[in-house]
Amino acid sequence: MATTFSPISVFAARLMPKEQRFVSGHRACQGCAEALAVRMVHSILGRNTIVASATGCMEIISSSYPDTAWTVPWIHVAFENAAAVASGVEAGLSILMKKGKIPQRKIQVVGMGGDGGTADIGLQSLSGAMERGHDMIYICYDNEAYMNTGIQRSSSTPYGASTTTSPAGSLSIGQHTWKKNIPMIMAGHKIPYVATASPSYPFDLAQKVKKAAKVKGPAYLHIYACCPTGWRMKPDMAVQIGRLAVETGVFPLYEIEQGVLRITHKTPELRPLKEYTKHQGRFRHLDDATLEEIERRVLDEYRKLERREGLAL
Amino acid sequence: MKYQNPKPKWSELETGTAILTPGSARATHTGEWRSSRPVWNDEHCVQCGVCVIFCPEGCIAFQADGYPKADLDYCKGCGICVQECPTTSIAMQDEEE
Amino acid sequence: MERRIGMEASIAMAEAVGLCDADVVSAYPITPQTHIVEHLSELVANGELDANFVPVESEHSAMSVCCGSSAAGARTYTATSSQGLALMHEILFIAPALRLPIVMAVANRSLSGPISIWNDHSDIMAERDIGWIQVFVENAQEAIDLTIWSFRIAEDKRVSLPTIVNFDGFILSHMIEPVLMPDREQVQDFLPPFEPLQRLDIDNPVSMGPVGIPDVYTEAKYVQHKLLTDAYGPIVETFGELEKHFGRKYRPVETYRADDADVLLLTMGALGETAMTAVDERRKRGQKVGLIKLRLFRPFPYKDLLNAIGDKPVLGVMDRAVSFGGPVGPVASEVKAALFSARKHPLVPEFIVGLGGRDTSIADFHSIFDDLFEAAERDTTPDPRFVGLRE
Repeated sequence: MATTFSPISVFAARLMPKEQRFVSGHRACQGCAEALAVRMVHSILGRNTIVASATGCMEIISSSYPDTAWTVPWIHVAFENAAAVASGVEAGLSILMKKGKIPQRKIQVVGMGGDGGTADIGLQSLSGAMERGHDMIYICYDNEAYMNTGIQRSSSTPYGASTTTSPAGSLSIGQHTWKKNIPMIMAGHKIPYVATASPSYPFDLAQKVKKAAKVKGPAYLHIYACCPTGWRMKPDMAVQIGRLAVETGVFPLYEIEQGVLRITHKTPELRPLKEYTKHQGRFRHLDDATLEEIERRVLDEYRKLERREGLAL
Repeated sequence: MKYQNPKPKWSELETGTAILTPGSARATHTGEWRSSRPVWNDEHCVQCGVCVIFCPEGCIAFQADGYPKADLDYCKGCGICVQECPTTSIAMQDEEE
Repeated sequence: MERRIGMEASIAMAEAVGLCDADVVSAYPITPQTHIVEHLSELVANGELDANFVPVESEHSAMSVCCGSSAAGARTYTATSSQGLALMHEILFIAPALRLPIVMAVANRSLSGPISIWNDHSDIMAERDIGWIQVFVENAQEAIDLTIWSFRIAEDKRVSLPTIVNFDGFILSHMIEPVLMPDREQVQDFLPPFEPLQRLDIDNPVSMGPVGIPDVYTEAKYVQHKLLTDAYGPIVETFGELEKHFGRKYRPVETYRADDADVLLLTMGALGETAMTAVDERRKRGQKVGLIKLRLFRPFPYKDLLNAIGDKPVLGVMDRAVSFGGPVGPVASEVKAALFSARKHPLVPEFIVGLGGRDTSIADFHSIFDDLFEAAERDTTPDPRFVGLRE
């Protein structure tokens, strides 16, 4: 019962690299779109990649001793410092190459974290790493709450979502703050490349990952990562919900290249928000008035984005 | 491939408790979590590979005959492939059946 | 050839790092550490040190960058102090667990609150159990020598553990002293190129820092304990190498006029210099006082300490930090723990001195010696004393 259909994703599976860098046997939940996104990203980035991971779902599900899902060098130090660790790896590799101590070649350093590790506790170290201009990619896999610790709210949790620390109740609609806009905060760092992406749009994602890798200097990718467990929805909907997020305007796909914004998947007619929220238990408590309030805000934000297109930010 | 002992003596731990075998997670057969499995109807399948792309486990691959199948050692039975298949060639089947 | 020059201890330390050809220096400014990292960034800016200087936005990130660069196989250095060290706290435990031989200077300073930029040992005493090798130096020459040595011991393949050089903020870091500065060739002879035990290498991919399930965590912690304890052998051996190359002798525990002493006093860090002067004055009066200086703090040199104490009846311990509501003096508590298993042990009066930059004068040392003699005479241990406390 495919509610939406994206023809670009069809008949082209053979164009995606087959080699897995994030292998089967990882312990992510059923239908984890974050694991899907990680797998896609690293199939595209390939072998010459070093990953610094924040503490979080992707860290624990991929590295439970003695099992690692990684086939590229990977390091986990702590929660809030993946960007700093990645910048250190980059600083180390670049000087060792300069001094001729290791062979000169392109090695892509990638820092990664969830929305908590990026938008909350890791924001400072991320800001520092981006501002310093390291040649690295930082990827936020945004599943919109602290899923690893049991679905607590983060600053990336959307308005109205019920989580274990922003529960809906007789006096509360759940999360009562609006989702922090990390991609725009990153754009404010004037780094050469910022993009949002979603595993539901694999070719859009692939292009952005390639651009991020190609660019000299820091690149930031903000990847939508549906968490069926935390969003209380059927795991088989994990990819579809990503398309609905884009088509309702909740999670627009865009890139900011050298400061110029471009919406990469245009949605002139946004679908009704309910088509997105109705599948998710975290929004089930919301009344029509609140949903309309959210819808107005989503539309407003989307129109703002459209107006910014082509302008130098 | 040399897999590390999950219950090593202290003297058997690798430097800094690192894992030296890339992709050693393959030894974990997450397929055991599954309560239902995807079954392909090859008559309808057009080999587009959408299921291959969207499998979070990365466990669906084209077989020698050109048709995709899931490696049941790893398939957790999430059903994304069923939902995404544009020709509705995949169905979930309970493991008990 | 060595050069004899007058130099501020911080600058001397930075010069030593330059001679060691560090690859990455990552730091965040904090008083009184600033002169070290300012000078290092100058060395890099002028091409005298071919390194990446990573000027981070916090000490937490400084240590995180150090973990990343060391894991990439780069010789890595940082320096901090006080609140900065406290901010690093979380990451300090992880560097030795990953066997990353980072070298760090800590310009010892008090901890807030109230905020104080001045010297004591509160910062490092809060980091006793981080699993790093830790030494204390008491003058600029030692700062140079033990910085160079730190890279050697940290990177020793039998060890591969991060190492801290503690040096007192202001009272040492900002002192201009005559030093013998070795040349690059001498340092290269002493310090082999860094060959990491393992590194993030695309041709040999490892996963570093995985989840330690209950089945491995105990073993992993035991390995850390054993490595740090067993580092004692290589430490003494490389002190010997240091002496061979530079002619200056270092021991885990140093003594001064201790052999025939009636009472002993134990210090750590730069106060040792003043203490020696006070000991000399006392000796002139015919009173046999002696000094023990704890150079190596981790691994704790139990045997050397017990040998140095011998069968002396009184050992005063000077502490420059407070373990609130607990044993009062952290060093004293460790010393007493070391003595507990000895067949016979001395009285151990405790003295809290020089907190937050409070000057510790020769007169203070004399008042401490008075207490020690009194303790010996009465054969009782006085309560811990906050020296110079206004009551």
